[in-house]
Amino acid sequence: MSSQNALLEIDNLHTGFNIDGDFHHAIKGVSFDVKPKEVVCVVGESGCGKSVMSLSIMQLLPKHNGKIDKGEIRFNGKNLAEYSEKEMNNIRGKDISMIFQEPMTALNPVLTIGFQLDEVLLNHSKDSKESVRKKSIQLLKDVGISRSDQIVHEYPHQLSGGMRQRVMIAMAIACEPQLLIADEPTTALDVTVQAQILELIKKIQDERGTAVMLITHDLGVVAEMADRVVVMYAGQVVEQSDVDRIFHDPQHPYTKALLGSIPKMEEEVDELNTIRGIVPTLTKMPKQGCRFVDRCPAAMPECRQIDPQLGETDKGHTVRCLLYEESRPGEKAEVRS
Amino acid sequence: MTQKQKSEHLLRIEELKKYYPVRGGFFRRKIGDVKAVDNISFELKRGETFGLVGESGCGKSTAGRTITRLFKPTSGKIFFEGEDITNIYGSKLRNMRKDIQMVFQDPYASLNPKMMVGSIVSEPIINYRRVSEKKVREEVMDLLTKVGLPEDAYFKYPHEFSGGQRQRIGIARALALKPKLIVADEPVSALDVSVQSQVLNLLKSLQKEFNLTLLFIAHDLSVVKHMSDRIGVMYLGNLVEVADAHDLYRDPKHPYTRALISAIPMPDPRNKSDRIILKGDVPSPQNPPVGCPFHPRCPEAMPQCSEQKPQLKEVNREHRVSCLLYD
Repeated sequence: MSSQNALLEIDNLHTGFNIDGDFHHAIKGVSFDVKPKEVVCVVGESGCGKSVMSLSIMQLLPKHNGKIDKGEIRFNGKNLAEYSEKEMNNIRGKDISMIFQEPMTALNPVLTIGFQLDEVLLNHSKDSKESVRKKSIQLLKDVGISRSDQIVHEYPHQLSGGMRQRVMIAMAIACEPQLLIADEPTTALDVTVQAQILELIKKIQDERGTAVMLITHDLGVVAEMADRVVVMYAGQVVEQSDVDRIFHDPQHPYTKALLGSIPKMEEEVDELNTIRGIVPTLTKMPKQGCRFVDRCPAAMPECRQIDPQLGETDKGHTVRCLLYEESRPGEKAEVRS
Repeated sequence: MTQKQKSEHLLRIEELKKYYPVRGGFFRRKIGDVKAVDNISFELKRGETFGLVGESGCGKSTAGRTITRLFKPTSGKIFFEGEDITNIYGSKLRNMRKDIQMVFQDPYASLNPKMMVGSIVSEPIINYRRVSEKKVREEVMDLLTKVGLPEDAYFKYPHEFSGGQRQRIGIARALALKPKLIVADEPVSALDVSVQSQVLNLLKSLQKEFNLTLLFIAHDLSVVKHMSDRIGVMYLGNLVEVADAHDLYRDPKHPYTRALISAIPMPDPRNKSDRIILKGDVPSPQNPPVGCPFHPRCPEAMPQCSEQKPQLKEVNREHRVSCLLYD
């Protein structure tokens, strides 16, 4: 999987939680990479492990029961999973930063916007307070907040949802990170505001050359933003490809079903395609075989026995499904875990 | 009201307003109003689905709850089957509730966690009809199967179900009294796409089976378009456009509707249309702009837009817009 000059390489990552004394994997053998200046979208429904993955990268898993127990997260070639808390603090916010879903809970309600923004800059530079404040005001301008010299004295509750998300983005790009992880950045926002925020993220990626890992459940957002797409289901990558092939030549039954179940504006259909059932919970995950088998329209008997492996069906297009395992040219898929 | 009109329109809303008082200052006097719903009029034909769409804070939920008389309207009239239900009370209101039922947004908050699913669904039947316990049980079992739940769901509690299944319980409860109108307030916005499509399909098929009229309230225009025959677009308490679902998408007239449609990310990377990016946020309904409520964000605003408030006018057959561009 490793390719030259990848910025972030996730290699066979296993992350899990202790639930009632048993260890359950929320992420089971996820591998993919993000190259510099690239937008990679991770898409999947709730419970598929996309947020756990972003928390694993940032080493922000709940300490009492969450743990990475296998695999590597290499950032510029160095394994973050082995970093100490102190070393991670130098990475977080500076080299990798994160935008969270809920801009209200991610900002501290009792501190001014300016204070919270200065804090990021002060932590990672030796500049004076005055110059940092100047930079904060400029950052707010950059993310499209017009009266930024007043906003720095205001509190989060005085701003609208869209403005708060802009502040979050300003904080995230303050130290010019190489990688921006955006975990459902527009889910809590209205469509017209969502359009503004997506535009802003695109602009930042364009102008500053920041790589973006965008985590979302909205396939419309994926089509709009992504260069490459990673489709996750139940803690595993089920399909990975460039954005065009995901939408126009989807291969995994889950990707196909997901695409079929969104109502499309330009089409008139009487009935939408559905995926029967729901994502199995962590404790009820099938122990053996494909994790999608109970919901899959193309399930075969052997799907319950054999764990499908992620393999290439076409250049740069990988799928985890038994339907494609035999048709693969040449070698059998590389076996992991 | 003539007999003919009565049979065509199940529900008619005339100049409906709902203001919430804002209190403050000395003795908590009333110092202003939040104009959640500000003068909307529309009608629902029998058997159709009318979609109400708009961003958060536009008053679509308040409109739905005022129509079901969960809130008392500030002014205006609501006619149900030709009868004025704006100010009815007591047993009349109680009887009306039998015909208008509601499905709520949050399937976690709208079901009593301490009641068995069977009791939740049978409660309306027991409240409104005199039937034997055995008959109630049979009807509830039947309803549960109809909404796609296993029969043993009867003896389970809401927490044992997923979000999509809970929404099915909410739908079964709304159907229990065989209502004529169901007001569905964001019934799928808390659900994942694959489950969302299951619930949308269910609502559509039940509508056919029970011959229901549906007022479908949601913020997601692609969902609303899929479900509805006609759509009303709301902005800041006002209806800005009402049209056939197909026409609204093919030929949106109001600048806000156009922006709303263009803001929806299309699930197709080859189809990146030019977006209309609106500036700023929705203004506060406590202090709405003078003139057209949309003019501060409107890309096509003219000088007179800040002075004159446009009225909803018919520009095509069955296509009404409130915008000075079409005056």
